[in-house]
Amino acid sequence: MIKARVTVTLKNGVLDPQGKAIEHALGGLGFSGVDSVRQGKVFDVVLETSDRAKAEAELKAMGEKLLANTVIEDFAVEVL
Amino acid sequence: MKAAVILLPGLNRDRDMIAALTKISGQAPQTIWQTETSIDDDVDLIVIPGGFSYGDYLRCGAIAARMPVMQAVREKAEKGTRVIGVCNGFQILLEAGLLPGALMRNASLKFVCREVKLEVTNAKTAFTQGYSQGQVIRCPVAHHDGNYFTDPGTLADLEASNQVAFRYTADTNPNGSLNNIAGIVNKAGNVLGMMPHPENLIEPAHGGSDGRALFESALGLVDA
Repeated sequence: MIKARVTVTLKNGVLDPQGKAIEHALGGLGFSGVDSVRQGKVFDVVLETSDRAKAEAELKAMGEKLLANTVIEDFAVEVL
Repeated sequence: MKAAVILLPGLNRDRDMIAALTKISGQAPQTIWQTETSIDDDVDLIVIPGGFSYGDYLRCGAIAARMPVMQAVREKAEKGTRVIGVCNGFQILLEAGLLPGALMRNASLKFVCREVKLEVTNAKTAFTQGYSQGQVIRCPVAHHDGNYFTDPGTLADLEASNQVAFRYTADTNPNGSLNNIAGIVNKAGNVLGMMPHPENLIEPAHGGSDGRALFESALGLVDA
């Protein structure tokens, strides 16, 4: 079994109104000095294989085909 | 022309769409469940209605776009069959790659349910020929993720090839869409996606019938 984490983030230049709202809320809680917040998603995936290279290739395909919308998002695969 | 409506779990505007198509075309549309892998040759118009397919999980329309029926819709679209996606249907068409761009959370972060005004930006498409160029029509919207976004190159390309079919008037843009975009067609002109709900304004009982000409156009009921 291989455990992996796929992190999906908005591309640079894509407006993130939710991140902005969180940034303002942090300011309201007294956390001054927050320059910016961008919201993303994390997927923890457990694969049956023990072949690391195969797992990485498969996770990359999953990111491209479903987990991220590559029009607006980037993703990173991390095998844990 | 024969119409068909795609059904997916979580859609909730399917009955409104079926009622509108039945009223305007005089016959009930065929309904096609998400697991179907082919669509009959004699279907001339495919409509994906609005709602919250798969609970908007992952991203609006993301799961629906990967269901078997969408491959069948893609094959029909490539052969020139007309396809309309309204609201969640628009989100599904974008996620399926049948139209360019993406729909993001409304800039206000609020769900918006109200009437807007739409400018018919291109009255030459198969879906808008029942309107006149630049005509302003009323149309209801109801969505949380209708903020149209794409990269600058694609946006310039959409504008240059007259693929913007409908624009919100500047003072009624409900979601922050780039260039006030409310609806676009593909390059071939046979696939339309739009956030507003024309099916909810097709008869006097709805308070107006500004949406009717869209379906009359798509169904070939107006003179080109």
